Formats: sequence, structure tokens, C-alpha cells
Amino acid sequence: MSSALPWYVLLLPLFAAVVIVLLTKSFRGLSSFISIAAVLGSFACSCLIFVTPNIRSLELTWIDFPPLLYVPLGLILDDLSKTMLVLVTGIGALIHIYSLGYMKDDAGKSRYFASLSFFMFSMLGIVLADNFVMMFIFWELVGVSSYLLIGHWFEREAAAEAAKKAFITNRIGDFGFMLGILMAWTATGSVVFQEMAQQLDRITGYPEYLTVAALLIFCGAVGKSAQFPLHVWLPDAMEGPTPISALIHAATMVAAGVYMLVRVGFLIQAAPQALSIIAWIGTITAVMAALIATQQNDIKRILAYSTLSQLGYMVMAVGLASGAAAMFHLFTHAFFKALLFLGAGSIIVMLHHEQNIWKMGGLAGRLGITFLTFMVGTLALIGFPPFSGFFSKDAILALAYEKNQAIFWLALFTAFLTAFYMLRLVVVVFFGKPRSDHARAGREAPWVMITPLIVLAIPACASGFGFVAKFFHMTSENEAGWLVPGLAFAATLAGITLAILLYRRRDSDPIDFALFQNRFYFDEIYSFLISATQGVLASISAFVDRWILDVGFVRGASGATWGFGSLLRLLQVGNLQAYAFLFGLGIVGLIYFTLFR
Amino acid sequence: MVTLGHYLIVSGLLFTIGFAGVLLRRNIIIIFMSLELMLNAANLSLVAFSRFRLNPAGIPSYNAQVFVFFIITVAAAEVAVGLAIIVALYRARQTTHVEDVSSLKF
Amino acid sequence: MPAFLFWIFALVMLGFGAAVVINRNPIASALSLVICFMGLSALFMSLDAFFIGIIQVLVYAGAVMVLFLFIIMLLDLRVETRRKTNVIAVVGGSAVALAFFIQVYLVVGQLSAAKQPFPPLSSPKMDDVHSVGLLLFSNYNLPFQIIGVLVLVATIGVIVLSKRELR
Repeated sequence: MSSALPWYVLLLPLFAAVVIVLLTKSFRGLSSFISIAAVLGSFACSCLIFVTPNIRSLELTWIDFPPLLYVPLGLILDDLSKTMLVLVTGIGALIHIYSLGYMKDDAGKSRYFASLSFFMFSMLGIVLADNFVMMFIFWELVGVSSYLLIGHWFEREAAAEAAKKAFITNRIGDFGFMLGILMAWTATGSVVFQEMAQQLDRITGYPEYLTVAALLIFCGAVGKSAQFPLHVWLPDAMEGPTPISALIHAATMVAAGVYMLVRVGFLIQAAPQALSIIAWIGTITAVMAALIATQQNDIKRILAYSTLSQLGYMVMAVGLASGAAAMFHLFTHAFFKALLFLGAGSIIVMLHHEQNIWKMGGLAGRLGITFLTFMVGTLALIGFPPFSGFFSKDAILALAYEKNQAIFWLALFTAFLTAFYMLRLVVVVFFGKPRSDHARAGREAPWVMITPLIVLAIPACASGFGFVAKFFHMTSENEAGWLVPGLAFAATLAGITLAILLYRRRDSDPIDFALFQNRFYFDEIYSFLISATQGVLASISAFVDRWILDVGFVRGASGATWGFGSLLRLLQVGNLQAYAFLFGLGIVGLIYFTLFR
Repeated sequence: MVTLGHYLIVSGLLFTIGFAGVLLRRNIIIIFMSLELMLNAANLSLVAFSRFRLNPAGIPSYNAQVFVFFIITVAAAEVAVGLAIIVALYRARQTTHVEDVSSLKF
Repeated sequence: MPAFLFWIFALVMLGFGAAVVINRNPIASALSLVICFMGLSALFMSLDAFFIGIIQVLVYAGAVMVLFLFIIMLLDLRVETRRKTNVIAVVGGSAVALAFFIQVYLVVGQLSAAKQPFPPLSSPKMDDVHSVGLLLFSNYNLPFQIIGVLVLVATIGVIVLSKRELR
């Protein structure tokens, strides 16, 4: 049956954003209420859609140039998108409510909620888009929302710079994405996903073309999901408010890259070379981010690198040709990462915006509920059974074990590192003695912030279990038996033990590894490259301007005129007979040329 | 037998002599006289053509001769004015050498 | 007119014309020019252009050359002192003049009409004064009047130019 429900899901947040921007900008309380109402409405509609089988949405035609280009505004409603809808709107709703508490005293609250609603609209657009063009448009809109939200406290220079960095890095990925879309459109003649899947056999005979197109499309995911080498924006994006970090940079926006890859899996899985490159990039990102996280001291940055690492896992799963495993991990990751970020947010707010873990300590007693939910999230993240992360990570490790042993061992090492740095975080922040006055004075957060934590802890525990796994069409094959889960569990335990041993009762970090602390110097390398390139281009332009334009054209023109004038001046001799001679010469010449030629 | 061509060649020769005089002599009075030679050469040509071209009644076309009349008149006027200028020049510069009056040189 | 007379008068004209150019003494040049004009006038007569021939003598030889001689004597021009000859100028000027003459020669050589003798007149005595006068006062009246004004202007110009500065 065809229904307008999906359109409500998509458009309610947009409506809220427009109303807030145009009408209620100065009424902060009203704005937040409108935004929350809209997202709750979207969530309700998403749940309705979820339980309705065989639902289709009305489709509008936007561009129609037969036979070249047909771009509808259509919403795709299969299992993948229905699940993502519930996920996005659900977590979004919780974060909206959390933001009520976190941004209580912020002067730009209306602007914040308007941007948040706009972000919901854009993200839902990506989830629901049924063709590449629509998805690309919403892709860019999500980038804009991210810019607006990261730079929410734009008076801070660091926040403004971070917002720009995020947007520009995203744009670089999007450039590749657009090229990939164009290549795919040229090959299959359509941009609608279902039609492209049918037409794909037209180009499977050209593997190089497919590989290049798949890799270019993957560029979009590299930018949006912060894979190596475009990962540099995500840690800096922590300059935004913590609910934003939770929503955008943990649960939803960065997952959009993985979602897109799964959505166009038919294209990517037709190019095996692209798949292996994708898998390796995911692996490299996972390992590198985990290594960096072991030496970071800002609580949000540790969680940011953790997100990078888990995104690496998801991309690795895509590269190992299992979109289902990637989506499963995305699903579980969304819950526990949002939980972790919101927990970090409540710590930060209650400690008056202190973010350095070495200034915290002993918070287990003081922020009890936060501590408990944070532990749930941590255990889920490191893959401790029976929490959800164990199942989803295990699925990916099993996949790697079957397909590519090198990747498997690297992924296992990353699991070890994950456990290590997360327990480092927990031990330093929650145990031991408080290391600063803020820590000593910390109290539990208000109920409006605690409730989403509790609500999120439930799926963080439970979403791994059987029925959810089945829902993701994962057959619980035990081909490798208990080997893979056993190895994973062993790695986790090793990490936990090492962290507790190293970091118990410390006041400062015993390990000092500059390479990890300085994030592998990526930012420095990039800024050097950019300034070097600009230097070269600038010197070329300067050369052209100074020598070719200035000397060549400008002075050349004036010099030529001057020289010619000087030459002509030599004719003015003042001698009568010379002039008469020239007359005569002219006449002789004239007669010659008229009469004798 | 004298043909039109003879007259024209003679006229041309006279013109050439006058032109050479303009180019080669440096006394301004002589240059002026050579100028008169050139004008008269043209007159000779005109009159020759006037005699050569007869209308059906066997009468020469006198248009050319009217033209010659005008040329003679204008030449006379020109000589008068030109010589007045030369006199003024002589009074100013005390020279009739044409190379001495080249102050319009660059 | 018999051909030999044509040649005599032509040679007289050309010879004394050359003398004008070659002579160092301005008086000698002026007098050579008078003889040249005489020769020219004879040639005009040979072409049955009697009016023009007489006018040539009266105006040119009679008035213009007299004026020249007066000016020469006024300015008390002596024989021109020799200055260093500029060889290039001489060669250049001669070359241009010669080139011009060669061109005239070639053009005339190609003119078919130039090889024909003069057609006979309807009667040996032509009343050309009457005809020229008629043309002058009917067809060419306007130029005639303008010429009159021109001569007037020339007269005034000469007077103005010859005035000495009043102290």
C-alpha cells in the first residue's frame, strides 16, 4: 500500500526547523519544544512504518529527461531503511531530550534546536533516498548541518576552525563521490538504485571501470565516515556540544557512509579489487585510531578515536562483502556509542566543562548512575559477552577469519587495544582519588540527562541477542566453532588486565608515546602539504603576473608604442628637400603599384 | 611626324627636370623656379590632349585650355605669395639656403 | 607644323629648362627660364592653342619672371656659395626623378593613342580666343569668379606678408 507516512517522517523535522528559524527564534523554550515534538512525531511514524509490511511511499518526479536522466523524489522502504529509520529517530529523540538539560543555559538554544531538526531532516533523507541524486543532495545537507552544529559556539576559534575542517574534508570525499555517481550513471543509464541493480550486468564486463567507480563512490564514505586518510576532522569535531558528538559523530552521520555502502552493495560487490581496498582502508583506520586513542587525555577525544576505530570495523565488514555484518555493528555501535558520549557529557557538565581525564577521578561514587551506564557502554564497546558489542564484533571477526587472515589478526589486535584504552579511561576517570576540585565537587546530573542514559543502556545490553541477529539475516554459523569468539574474549581480557595494572592509582600517564599522542602527525603533514602546494601555485601565479603579464603585455605594449614612435620621429628632419624626396618616392611607388602591377 | 606621344614625352622630360631641380638645388629661389617648370610641363600635356581630342565637328575641346588658363592664373598668384614669403624669410634669417631653415627638426 | 620646328623648340625648351636647374647664378637661371617659356609658348602655338600661347608669354614670361627678377635683385642674391655636396641626397634625388621619367615613358609607350598623328582640324584657322572665352564665361563661370577672388586674396596676402614691423 502506498502511504504518505514516510513523508511525514522526513518532513516533520524540516517543518520544525523552518518554524524555529522564521518564527520562534527568540523564544528558546518554545523552540526546543517544537523540535522535540517533531522528532518524537517522526519516531512514532517510523515505528508505525516498521511494523507495517509491504509499505511503499508515493513517489514524485523531479527531473525527467528521457532517456538521459530520471530523478524522482522517492523514498525507499525496505528492511534496511526501516531499521535505520527507527534507529535514527529513536536515538535522535533521546538526544533531543538530553539536550534540553545539556543546553539549558545556552544563549543560542533556538539556533541549536533548529540546526538539530535540520540535521534530522537531512539524515532521514539519506536513509530514505531511493536514488543517487537525492542521496547526494541530502549527503551535502548533512555536511552543512554538521558544520552548523560543530560550530555552534562559533565565537570560540577552535570550534569555528573545526567546523570548517569538517566541511572541507567532507567536500573532498564528496568530490570523489560525485565522480563515482557520474560513472555509475553513465554505465547503467539510471540513478535509481533498483534500476541500477538491474542494469549492472551491462558493465560487469569492464572490471577496471567498475573498480574505479566503486572506489570513487567509496570516497564519499571515506569523507563522511572519517576513514583514513580523511579522518582528521572527526576528533576536531568534538569542539561541538556533546549531544551533537553523540548524535552526529557517533550514531548517525558517520554511519551514513556505511549505510550508503551497504545500500549500493550491489555495485561494490561486483568489483573485488575495490572490495579488498575498502577492507584494508577500514582495517588501517581501525588500528591507527585505536593506537592513537591509547595516548589521548581528553575524554571526548578518546571516544572520538574509538568511533573512528569502530567505523573502521564497519568498513572492513563492507570490504569483506558482508553488508549485514556492517549494519549489525552499526546498529549496536549507535546505541552504546551514543550512551558513552552522553555519559561523558553528563560528566563534563557536572564538572563544569572539564574534559581532561587526568583532572577527574573517583567519580564512581559521586556520579553513580552515570558510572553504571558508562560501564554498560564500555563493556558493550569492548565486546564483553553478553553485551551487544560482543555479537556484532564477533560477526565481523568471524568474517575476517574466513576471508583474510591478515585482516583478522589486525582486527583482533584492535580489539585488544579497544579494551585497553577504554578501561584506561574508566579507571582514570571513575576510580582512584579525585585529582581536582571540580572532580571533588561533582554531583549527579539532572534527571532530564540521566533518563536517556538509562534508556540507551537497555539496547546496549540487549541488542546483540538472537532475535536481533536473526533480524539482520545473520545465520549463526559456527563454522569456526568457538575459536574466534574465544580469541576475541581473550584479547578483551588481556586489554582489561593490562589497563588496570598500568593505570591503577596513578596521577599521570606512565606511558609517553609521542607518535600516538600527536595523532601520527597527520594534521601537520596535511597542513604542510597544503601550504607547500599553495606556495608553489602562488609562486607560479606571481611569476606569470610579474613576467608575462606585467613585462610582456603591459610594458610590452607601452614599450612597443614608445619604440615605434621613436622610430617615426626620425622621419621629421625639418629639411624641405628631404620631404620633397619622400613625396617623390611615394609618387613613384604609387604609380608603380597602380600601373605596373 | 610628330605624334601625341612626342609631346607627352617632352612634357614628362620637362617635369622631370623641374622635379630634379626641386630635389637637388639648395637655393630657395631656384627651387621655386623649378616648381614653375613642373607646372608648365603639366600645361603642355593638357594642351596636347586638348588638340588631340576633337569633337565630331573637328573642333578641339577647349576645356583643357580653360584648365590651363586657370593653372596659369593660380601659378601666378602662388608665385606672388611665395616670393613674399621668401622675402619675409630672408628678412628674418638673412639666408636663402634651404638647409638653414630646418628648425622643425625633431 | 613641320617636325623639325617642333624639335627645335622642344630642344630649346628642354635645354634652357636644364639650364635653370644647373646654373649657379640666380639671374642666369631666371633668364634661362624666360627663354624656356618662350619655347613652350612656341610649342603651344604648334598645337593650335594660340590664346594659351600668348597668355603664356604675357603672364609667365612677362609678369611672373619679372617678379622673380625683381625679388632676386631685391634680395641681392649673389652666386650661390658652394657647400659640401651631400652625395646621398644627390644620388637619391636623381634616382627618384629618373624613375619617374622612366615610368612616364613606359606609360606613354603603352598608350595606343600616343602613336597616332594629330587628327586634322575642320579649318586651319581656329577662333580659339572666342571659344575659350565663351567656355570661360558660361560653363566655367564659377571657377572664373573664384579665381578672381583668389587673385585678390593673393594680393592682400602679399601686402600683409611684405610689411615691415612697425617700430
